[in-house]
Amino acid sequence: MTLLKMKFNQQRRVRLAQGLWLMSWLAVTGGAFIFCLGVYLKTELLRRDEVMENAEIHVVPNILMMVGLASMGTNWVASRVCQDSLDVSRFPRWKVPLLAWFAMAALLCCLLLTVVVLSYALQGSLEDSLKVGLRNGIRFYKDTDVPGRCFQKETIDRLQMEFRCCGNNNFKDWFEVQWVSSRYLDFTSQEVKDRIRSNVDGRYLLDGVPFSCCNPASPRPCLQNHLTDSRAHYNYEYQSEELNLYSRGCRQALTDYYMGLMNSTGPGVLSVIMIQMSVLLSMRYLQTAVEAAIASENPEGESEGYLLDKGVKETYQDVRAKVLGLLKFGQVDPSEDASGAAEGAKTADTEKAATPTPAS
Amino acid sequence: MAVGKVTFTKAEREKLAEVLWLLNWISVVTGAILFGLGIFLKVEIQKWQEVMSEQGILYVPHMLITTGLAACGINYLGSKICLDCADTNKFLRWKLVMMPYIVCTFFFTACVLAGALLCYSIRGQLEESLYQGLRNAMRFYKDTDTPGRCYLKRTLDLLQIQFQCCGISGYRDWFQVQWISGRYLDMTDGAVVDRLRSNVEGKYLMDSVPFSCCSTISPRPCVQHRLSSASSDFSYDHQRQPLNLWRRGCGQALLDHYTGVMQSIGLTVLLIWLFELLVLTGVRYLQTAMENVLRLGDPESESDGWILEKSLAETACYNFDIIKNLGKCYQVDDDPNINVPSVAAELEVPSQQVQVQS
Repeated sequence: MTLLKMKFNQQRRVRLAQGLWLMSWLAVTGGAFIFCLGVYLKTELLRRDEVMENAEIHVVPNILMMVGLASMGTNWVASRVCQDSLDVSRFPRWKVPLLAWFAMAALLCCLLLTVVVLSYALQGSLEDSLKVGLRNGIRFYKDTDVPGRCFQKETIDRLQMEFRCCGNNNFKDWFEVQWVSSRYLDFTSQEVKDRIRSNVDGRYLLDGVPFSCCNPASPRPCLQNHLTDSRAHYNYEYQSEELNLYSRGCRQALTDYYMGLMNSTGPGVLSVIMIQMSVLLSMRYLQTAVEAAIASENPEGESEGYLLDKGVKETYQDVRAKVLGLLKFGQVDPSEDASGAAEGAKTADTEKAATPTPAS
Repeated sequence: MAVGKVTFTKAEREKLAEVLWLLNWISVVTGAILFGLGIFLKVEIQKWQEVMSEQGILYVPHMLITTGLAACGINYLGSKICLDCADTNKFLRWKLVMMPYIVCTFFFTACVLAGALLCYSIRGQLEESLYQGLRNAMRFYKDTDTPGRCYLKRTLDLLQIQFQCCGISGYRDWFQVQWISGRYLDMTDGAVVDRLRSNVEGKYLMDSVPFSCCSTISPRPCVQHRLSSASSDFSYDHQRQPLNLWRRGCGQALLDHYTGVMQSIGLTVLLIWLFELLVLTGVRYLQTAMENVLRLGDPESESDGWILEKSLAETACYNFDIIKNLGKCYQVDDDPNINVPSVAAELEVPSQQVQVQS
């Protein structure tokens, strides 16, 4: 029993070919869109490369770019097939390539679905990567004279101002790091000496933050130093002050940004998957209908198109048997030898049985 | 002697009509571009409207917007007219409309040119408006509790961060305004009271700048306070530290930004004006050629097209006379056919009988 059989007369076949041609060009545009999406996502990730520790998340835009290019090529081939489908002499040469085409189209759909799943699944990995990257950035903030790290300060400052965030989780991360370089510390001052002696590692820690943490929307000019001391500033209450600095952490800000980017592309990717699936199904119908028409005596008459020749389970078993047969191609089959020997013994027996009879 | 006379055969007229139809459609697109440029400029100006003291500069984008819309309408009508002009019968429909249409288009093209020139000449007014506006913004920086001024602090901070500038002409402008509100000053503190008494107006002036003046490319954490005393921070010599604060003034930065935007817009509008002029000339040639064909009576014959029928001076005099005589519509003139009863009626000389010589 064939799966989802439909009758096609000549006119319906022509319409199917035309509709499929249009849809395949639409799918080419979809492929171009996916490619551009991949490029955009990749550039956005590369821009903040310095605060990311590993590049695992890059697999999402990489797959998008590959799938976009492959989809453009595949659907262009589909449009060529459509053009040839109504010409009896030219269609048969597509018989074998179409099998490869179906495999490719199915693979593309699967890859696109994988991308959608990955973009959610890799959120944890992105957060971890950002956590380590930002921690390093904050630690090396003061090292503007060390080659390889001299731009960390500028990167972190610009990041905090652009994403309106401060520190890794919040502004208190700056209290645990020496972010003022020793070149700018007056070691003869008592205050500096006290602070350096106040912790085990001999670092100059202070309850202050860099200027890039300042929130422009605060009604009062920015307070950067002595943040935990309510008496250090007039009319200042450490516990209740909310607007002075950015309250969000940069890790959260960046994760939200990238997740938002990938979520907003979700509907686009899903619609491209829909288009690709419909191209695949229509191509299958067209292939079977045209092949049936060519095989029958009247190429202009009615023919049947279907999705699968037998039911799903039988087709699966057929395909499995074929694939296993292909895999066993090079092996010697031991059961064949045994049956061959048994057969040989049987013929010897029958011969033996045959020969004594004339003697008796 | 006509100005710019060219002879057209029938085929050439039809070709001209087709080409003009296409050019008019392209002009509709350029009109839409003009409209878009006007909207873009309006949005750009409104972004930093709070630091401009007067809104007069907004008439430039408004002019561009109206001219763009007018361009779309006029050129759409022009394309319809040109399409019909290929055929003498259809041209008759538009015959009376053509001349007013061309006059309208001429004035409209002059408006486009005026718009382009405005973009270049607005710089002086913009400069004054910006400097005055920035001065006010700095004065009201601290007034975050006064309605109408509460967002000036945020605007000014964001401006300084985005344009990488500080103050109006330099960072020292901040030394002359009180930018810390009295709400955050401890009036019982001796140091604060000293500062307040140190100047005539009782303002709390200091040699410090807001955080938004800090430069991100500086290798050291930002030094904002006590900028004029050399012994303030260790190894900080304010004469020799170029990178700590933004050096450029915001007046200059904003002026450069807007001048750049308006110069590119002005250039585009000039190019659009040249294109419109070309289309106008083509339409004028087509109109005169078609009218001459009708005058000659034979639709297949050659005809002349020109820009002006007589020379420039004669046309000017002719038009000037028309305008002069427009005003005399209701005045009495010396037409002998009209019986005008006058005061001299009593002095009328009785008609003399003609003596018939018998």
